[in-house]
Amino acid sequence: MSKRDTRVVVAMSGGVDSSVAAALLVNEGYDVVGMMMRLWSDESMGGAEHNRCCTPDQMQSARHIADGLGIPFYVLDTKSVFRERVVQYFIDQHRDGYTPNPCLECNRHIRFDWLLNHALALDADFLATGHYARITENPEGGWLLLKGLDPAKDQSYVLSVMGQAQLARTLFPIGAYPKTEVRRLADELGLSRANRKDSQDLCFLGNNDYRDFLRARAPDLMTKGPIVTSAGEVLGEHRGLANYTIGQRRGLGISFNEPLYVLAMNAVRNALIVGTRDELGRDELVAERMNWVSGKPPRASFSAEVKIRYRSQPQRASICTLDNRRVHVQFEEPQRDITPGQAAVVYADDVCLGGGVIAQFEGEQPMTNLPLEARDSRAIVPSARPLVAEGAQDT
Amino acid sequence: MKNKREVYLDYSASTPVDPRVIDAMMPYFREIYGNSTSSHRQGSLGESAIEDARARVARILNCAPSEIIFTSCGSESDNLAIRGAAWQARQRGKPPRLITSPVEHAAVANTITQLGELMDMETVIAPIDKFGIVDPTGFANICQGGAAIASIIYANNEVGSVNDLPELAAIARARGIPFHTDAVQAGGQLTLDVDELGVELLSLSAHKFYGPKGVGLLYIKEDAELTSVLTGGGHERGLRAGTHNTAFIVGMAKALELAYAEADERLARLRHLRDRLIEGVLTKVDGAQLSGHPDARLPSHASFVLPGIEANALLMHLDMNGVAASSGSACKTGNPEPAGALLALGYSPDEAQCGLRLSVGLQTTDADIDYALEVLAQAADKLRAMKRAVAT
Repeated sequence: MSKRDTRVVVAMSGGVDSSVAAALLVNEGYDVVGMMMRLWSDESMGGAEHNRCCTPDQMQSARHIADGLGIPFYVLDTKSVFRERVVQYFIDQHRDGYTPNPCLECNRHIRFDWLLNHALALDADFLATGHYARITENPEGGWLLLKGLDPAKDQSYVLSVMGQAQLARTLFPIGAYPKTEVRRLADELGLSRANRKDSQDLCFLGNNDYRDFLRARAPDLMTKGPIVTSAGEVLGEHRGLANYTIGQRRGLGISFNEPLYVLAMNAVRNALIVGTRDELGRDELVAERMNWVSGKPPRASFSAEVKIRYRSQPQRASICTLDNRRVHVQFEEPQRDITPGQAAVVYADDVCLGGGVIAQFEGEQPMTNLPLEARDSRAIVPSARPLVAEGAQDT
Repeated sequence: MKNKREVYLDYSASTPVDPRVIDAMMPYFREIYGNSTSSHRQGSLGESAIEDARARVARILNCAPSEIIFTSCGSESDNLAIRGAAWQARQRGKPPRLITSPVEHAAVANTITQLGELMDMETVIAPIDKFGIVDPTGFANICQGGAAIASIIYANNEVGSVNDLPELAAIARARGIPFHTDAVQAGGQLTLDVDELGVELLSLSAHKFYGPKGVGLLYIKEDAELTSVLTGGGHERGLRAGTHNTAFIVGMAKALELAYAEADERLARLRHLRDRLIEGVLTKVDGAQLSGHPDARLPSHASFVLPGIEANALLMHLDMNGVAASSGSACKTGNPEPAGALLALGYSPDEAQCGLRLSVGLQTTDADIDYALEVLAQAADKLRAMKRAVAT
């Protein structure tokens, strides 16, 4: 099949990365179609202009770039599936005492399922995105997901949800370039209109802090509760578990004879568990909802590197599969910020083997001295009110 | 590229300009370019072209030439009619009420909403049936309280249904209410005889009947009183200031004349194509429903609800295959509101995201219809299969 007869849908955001990806594909002669997803429109938090993704400006910029490249461009209404699968997940995970990474869920459910299927239905052969990661053929069959060439920009962590079916239909045109080269290409390709700022943080938060977002959407998450030591001693009161992250030291509002850190959260008792620096850090974790890029783990147990946050370095560990969807990770060195809800992503050098969601720590803090259901009833779940202000027709 | 053919089925949105209209307009760009209000020969040539156009338009509307006001578009005509009547009512102490229907074009609906808010006037919405047609009994009840104006669309842009204007206008007249109709979609397809229709005010736009964009008109019955909206020089009886757009006014008159001179032939053709479309869509797309009235509808207009097939994605599929269509809800921003008219007709918000409008025109051929139906059926199948494929 010639490139001219190969249709590639490229997910465009108006930013440099996806614009360069689109331009590279056009230059290679593919039949390219630009698409942008309208993911979120939050009128109650300052209007669409305050979303960091898919603002009218970015849409116009993407459309302008598509026009310049001579490719069709369409904006897809993705709001309802995004709200259900990503935003609701974000809130629910916080409610259960996790610190979620919604970008992985977005890639799992939206980009490489919903959008990919929209692309395939439009007779596309591939979906392309502006991610810094690479896909190569596995000599043993199938496809490998590799880190982006630019280590500072590698995004394979958030792509660890992909499987063989997705990889076979995906292109990452800029994954083999360093960011500086992508910027240079943007200038060379005349993409001066592309937005220079890297997208960071969660797109649906706009300019708001995630705590403000949760306060507005899920006020039950701001229910006060006890701050306790791992031995169960009550030291003070917290402002709602969602306000804290593992390893946090500042802003606890309690005085103690030595610095205290957030060790864990107990959602059932609505308790924030704190401890001293010595208590911080652990050398093992269990990851759930494990996705293996190849479809299965390399072996029942093996050693590899594991990355526990988007911005942390992979660490040596031995991996032991517990069942189909769970692994136990034993690190060589204790890690300070293992955070339930974040992804644990497994690497063999540059190859991303897969990833899962870090589980709650088991067998600790029964906290039976604290009352159950310390928080308000879950009746005030955000589904009771629409997450997106659905504009009513005027007449 | 995989698409080969281009089929334009969005004549309700706009039409190409008839070459005969372009020919009629051309002299007014380079040869007769003077300002129609100037006293020299250039000016008077322009003025006579405009007055000639006015007389020709008036013949089609069966009114006096002095009752025609030229504007820049249908929206401006609607604004002049409604604002002009509302301000007049305020000046004369008439009842501060504005009567309209729930399926008006935004030019009417948003103007009335704004006047209601800014001028503290009561907005009264007339009841409609499931086709979007205003119910005369309900309308009569509403009119009992009097009003500054009643504005009811002639033929609906989203679902194509045609209102019974003679009956509604008579009801309003009996209560002393000025009756306006947005006839933008009806222009070139339905009678514009204002005597027969009984309306006091009627808006038209040239680009819906193979004239140029950027010109429209408002019929204002001799005894109707409006306050001017666009103030300035004394053009158009002091009701609409601004230098005349001579070429476009001439073009509109020519296009309107052609439309009604050739009406029999044109409309028979449009109905034939429209009926083929309707029959084809209802047979080829599972669950497709015709929206709007099956008989009392515009000859060029076919509209549907295709349950489970979101308009936004469908229009993309059609466009990728060269078929230009539209929907009351889809928009370029991917932030579609459910089609307002479909909601007003009683469709659910989900169904109202699944509207499709196909409108035929003079350039449409039977082969175009065949191709569009084939593309539409395939797109519908693909989108339904895709919905099943998405794991979420």
